[in-house]
Amino acid sequence: MDYLYFAVRRVLQAVLVMFVISLIGFSIQDNLGDPLRELVGQSVSETERQAMRDRMGLNDPFLVQYGRFLGNAVQGDLGNSYFFKKPALEVIAAKFPATLELVIGATLIIITFAIPLGVYCAIRPKSWFAKFIMGFSIVGISVPVFLTAIFSIYIFSVELGWMPSFGRGETSDLLGWQSGFLTLDGLVHLILPSISLASIMMPLFIRLIRSEMMEILQMDYIRFAWAKGLYPKRVWFLHAFKNTLLPVITVGGVQIGTMLAYTILTESVFQWPGMGFLFLEAVNRVDTPLIIAYIIVVGLIFVVTNTIVDLVYTWVNPTVKLVGGTS
Amino acid sequence: MNVKTSFLSSDLVFRFRRDKVAVVSLIVVLILVFSALLAPVIAPHNPYDLTTIDIMDSEIPPVWDEGEGDSRFLLGTDPQGRDMLSTILYGMRISLTIGFFAVLLQAFLGVSIGLLSGYLGGRIDAFFMRLADIQLSLSTLMVAIITLAVFQAGFGAELYSELAIIMLVLVIGIAEWPQYARTVRASVLAEKHKEYVDAARVIGMSSRRIMIRHILPNTLSPILVISTIQVANAIISEAALSFLGLGMPVNKPSLGSLISSGFEFIFSGSWWITVIPSVVLVALILSINLLGDWLRDVLNPKLYKD
Amino acid sequence: MALLTVRNLEVEFPLGRKTLQALYGVDFSLEKGERLGIVGESGTGKSVAAFSILNLLSKPGRISRGEILFEGSDLATLNDDAMRDIRGNRISMIFQDPMMTLNPVLTIGTQMIECLKAHRNISREAAREIAISKLKEVMIPSPENRMDSYPHELSGGMRQRVVIAIALLTDPSIIIADEPTTALDVTIQAEIMVLMLELCKNNSVGLILITHDLAVVSQVTERVMVMYAGRVVEEGPTRDVIQNPQHPYTRGLIKALPQENRPGSRLNQIRGSMPALDAIPAGCAFNPRCDYADGECLKAIPPLLGKKGHKATCLHTDRIPPFESARQEVST
Repeated sequence: MDYLYFAVRRVLQAVLVMFVISLIGFSIQDNLGDPLRELVGQSVSETERQAMRDRMGLNDPFLVQYGRFLGNAVQGDLGNSYFFKKPALEVIAAKFPATLELVIGATLIIITFAIPLGVYCAIRPKSWFAKFIMGFSIVGISVPVFLTAIFSIYIFSVELGWMPSFGRGETSDLLGWQSGFLTLDGLVHLILPSISLASIMMPLFIRLIRSEMMEILQMDYIRFAWAKGLYPKRVWFLHAFKNTLLPVITVGGVQIGTMLAYTILTESVFQWPGMGFLFLEAVNRVDTPLIIAYIIVVGLIFVVTNTIVDLVYTWVNPTVKLVGGTS
Repeated sequence: MNVKTSFLSSDLVFRFRRDKVAVVSLIVVLILVFSALLAPVIAPHNPYDLTTIDIMDSEIPPVWDEGEGDSRFLLGTDPQGRDMLSTILYGMRISLTIGFFAVLLQAFLGVSIGLLSGYLGGRIDAFFMRLADIQLSLSTLMVAIITLAVFQAGFGAELYSELAIIMLVLVIGIAEWPQYARTVRASVLAEKHKEYVDAARVIGMSSRRIMIRHILPNTLSPILVISTIQVANAIISEAALSFLGLGMPVNKPSLGSLISSGFEFIFSGSWWITVIPSVVLVALILSINLLGDWLRDVLNPKLYKD
Repeated sequence: MALLTVRNLEVEFPLGRKTLQALYGVDFSLEKGERLGIVGESGTGKSVAAFSILNLLSKPGRISRGEILFEGSDLATLNDDAMRDIRGNRISMIFQDPMMTLNPVLTIGTQMIECLKAHRNISREAAREIAISKLKEVMIPSPENRMDSYPHELSGGMRQRVVIAIALLTDPSIIIADEPTTALDVTIQAEIMVLMLELCKNNSVGLILITHDLAVVSQVTERVMVMYAGRVVEEGPTRDVIQNPQHPYTRGLIKALPQENRPGSRLNQIRGSMPALDAIPAGCAFNPRCDYADGECLKAIPPLLGKKGHKATCLHTDRIPPFESARQEVST
C-alpha cells in the first residue's frame, strides 16, 4: 500500500516534469524561426501574412497556442520537419534504433567489465592489478569521448584498416526495426562506436563500484558474515555486492542521461545515423520542429528511466524510507 | 581530522613531496597554465592576426618530420596556415579561462545556495534541495548541448560566435551548482549547532557574518577538492561542446575546436593537427584530475554523496 | 587440557612508518562450558583479544606472536579454509550493535540458513527447520513468519535475539560476545543477558563475555580477566576478584560503579585516562593513575602472581587496603 502510494506520487512527479519540458519546447518553437517563412518564403505581402497567421492560430494568446501544442504532442504530433517534409516524430523514430543499439552495445561492455573489475579492486585494493586498473580508469576519465572515438578510428581504421570508420553498415529489417545486430557487417560497424561510448562511462562505474564496495566491506554485518564462517564468494558477491548495487543503480539511472549526451558526440565522430547525429544536422539547418521533437523525446527518455530506476530502487531496497525520491 | 581545518599545514606539504605522481601532475599543470597565461609573450606567432597568416603555409608537418618540416613552425601548421604551437597556446588559454570562470560561477552559486539552505532551513531549503535533485538527474552535457544548440539556431552562427565564451561559461557554470550546494549545506548543518556558532549568535553577530566568518572556512577543503575536479570536467565539457561546433568558433579556437577542425585531416595523413592539441588537452585534464584525486585522498573531506 | 588455550598472544597494527602493539603476551584459557568475562575500559585490548581468536582483526591488525590452541589445532597459524570452518561452527560471535550486525538487504531466514549450509551438508528445508527451532529457543514469537522478515522490521532487542540464535545454530562449543547488551535499551539489557546465561548453561556452551560492565560480569561469568593497556592485570574466580581485588585498576573499576557510591556523593572515578597505544608508560602501565605507585613500579613490568587461581600484576598487593565495600557482592 505504501509502495503503491509512492509509485503513484512518483509517476505524477514525472508527468509534471514532462509538462515543464513541453513548456520549454513550446517556448523554443515560439521564439525560434518563423514557420510562415518556411511555408511560403519571402514573396507574400504583409496583409496576406497576417491573414495566414490568423488562420494558423499564430496570433492566439500564449496559453491557447500552448494548449494546442500540448494537445497535438500528446497525440504524437510535434509538427513536420522543415527539411524532411515529414512528421518530426516519424523522422526521429526512424533514427531511434541506431542510437538504442549503440547504447545497448556500450551498456553490455560496461556491465561485462565494470562489475568484475570494480569488485576486484575493492576486494584486493593493494594488488598491482587493482592499482593498474585504478590508474587506467583515471586516464579513461580524462580522455574526452570524442578523442577516444577519433583515435580508435585513426588506429583501427586508418592505420590498421581492421574496422570500418563510419556508418552502421548493413542493417536488416526486424519486425519493422532496422537492426544492425543481425548482420556481421552491422556488428562490425558497432564495435568501435560502442567501445568509444563505453570508454567514458566505464571508469566512472569501476570507481563507483570499488568505493561503494570498499565502504560496505568495512560494515559490521560483513564482519559478522565472516564470523559466521561463510565462504568468501558468498560474503563478497551476495552480502557485500547486493548492498553495493543499490547506490550503483541510482547513479546508473542518472548516467543514462549522460550517456545520451555522449551518444551525440560518438555519433558525430562515427557519422552514426542515430538521433544525436540527426539533432546536430537539425541545429545546423534550424529545423525547429525536429529540434523540439528531439528535446521532447530525450526529455521523455530521461524522465521515464529516472522514474523506473527510482521505482526499482525502492522495490529492491527493503530498508528505504518511502519519502521523497528524486525526479 | 585536524588536517581539515588547516589544509596548508606542513603535513600536507610533507605528504605531497612523498607522492611523485602528485608532484609531476602539479608541475605539468603549472607549466601548462603559465604557458597559457603567457601565450601572447611566448607564442612565436599571433594566430588571431590574419595578416601574418599565409595560406601557402598550410598543413606543414612538425619540424621533426624530415624534409617537409619548416623551422618557423615548431609543431607544424593547420589547414589555414596558422602556427600550431601558437594556436595551441592561445587555445589552451581559452579552454582554461572558460574552465576557471565556469567553476567560479558554479562555486559561487553552489556555496551561496548551500549556505542559505543549510542556515535558513525550512521551505527555502526544501525548494533548493528539490531543485538540486532535478538538476542532478539531468545530464549537464545534455542540457548544455540543447541550450547552446537552441541559442545558436536562434542567434545565427555569426552573432553566436562572438558570444560563445560567455555562453559557455554561463551554461557550464549554472548547470553544476548542486554538488557544491549539497556539500556546503551538509557541513553547515553539522556546524550550525556547535557551541561556537551559538556563542557568536549570543554575542550578537549577524547571520551573514556567522556564515562567512565562521561556517564558510570549515567548508574550504571540500570546496577545494570539488573545484579541482570540476575545472577538469568544465574543460572536458567545453572541449566536447566546441567539438560539436556549439562552442568556440574556428577563428578563435579552444583546444576542442582545434581538434574538431583537424579531425577530417587525419584521413589524409595530417595527423598533427588533431593529435598535438589532443595530447595537450589530455595532459591538462589528466594532471588536474590526478591532483584532485590526491587532494581528496589527503584532505579526506566529507563530500556529499548520494 | 582446556578447551581453548591462548598463550603469549601479541597483536600489532602496522600503520605506515610505525607499528602499534595492541596486545602484550596475553595468556588465558577456557574450560568446556565455562563462562569467562574480559573486563576493561575501551582501548584496553579486550575486543582485540576476542577478535584475534577467530582471526577477525580489523585491517591491518595481525597476530605477531603466540598460539591459540583449540580442539587440537593452533588457530593463529590455521589456513583460511580451516579457519572458515571453525568460525560460526565451533566458535561463534555475537557483536555489540544488533542494528549493524544483520545484513539489511537479506531476510532473517537467508542469514540463518546460509550459516548452516556453510558448515553442514544439509538441505535447505532441514536448515530452515533448525533455524526456526533456534528462533523458538531465543523466544521469538511466531518464528516461521520472522524467517521472511528483513532486519529493519525487528526491534533492537529482537535483532539481538536473532543474532544469538545464529550464534547457537551450529551448536558451537564457544560463543564470544562483544558487549552484547551495550547498544540496547536498559530495560532489555537484563532480559538478553539472562537469556544468554540460560542458553549457555543449558547447552553447556563456553562463553567469553567482553564488557566494561562489572555488574554483568558478576551476574553471568564464573571467571574474570581484567585487562589494561594490552595486558592482563588481574584474573581469577569472579567472586574473588570482585570482593577482593588485588590490582588497583580493578579496585578502581569496582569503586567507580554507581552502586558503590552514596547518593549525592562524588563518583569515585579513576583519575587520568587510558594511555594511547603509542604512549604506554614504562614499568607498570597503570602507574601514572595509581595511588600506590612508587619508584619500583616504574622499573619493570610486574609479573602475574597470586594463589588459588587469583592472580594480579601488582608489586604492592599488600599495600592495598582490604576492600571495605559495605556489600558482599555487586548485584544488578
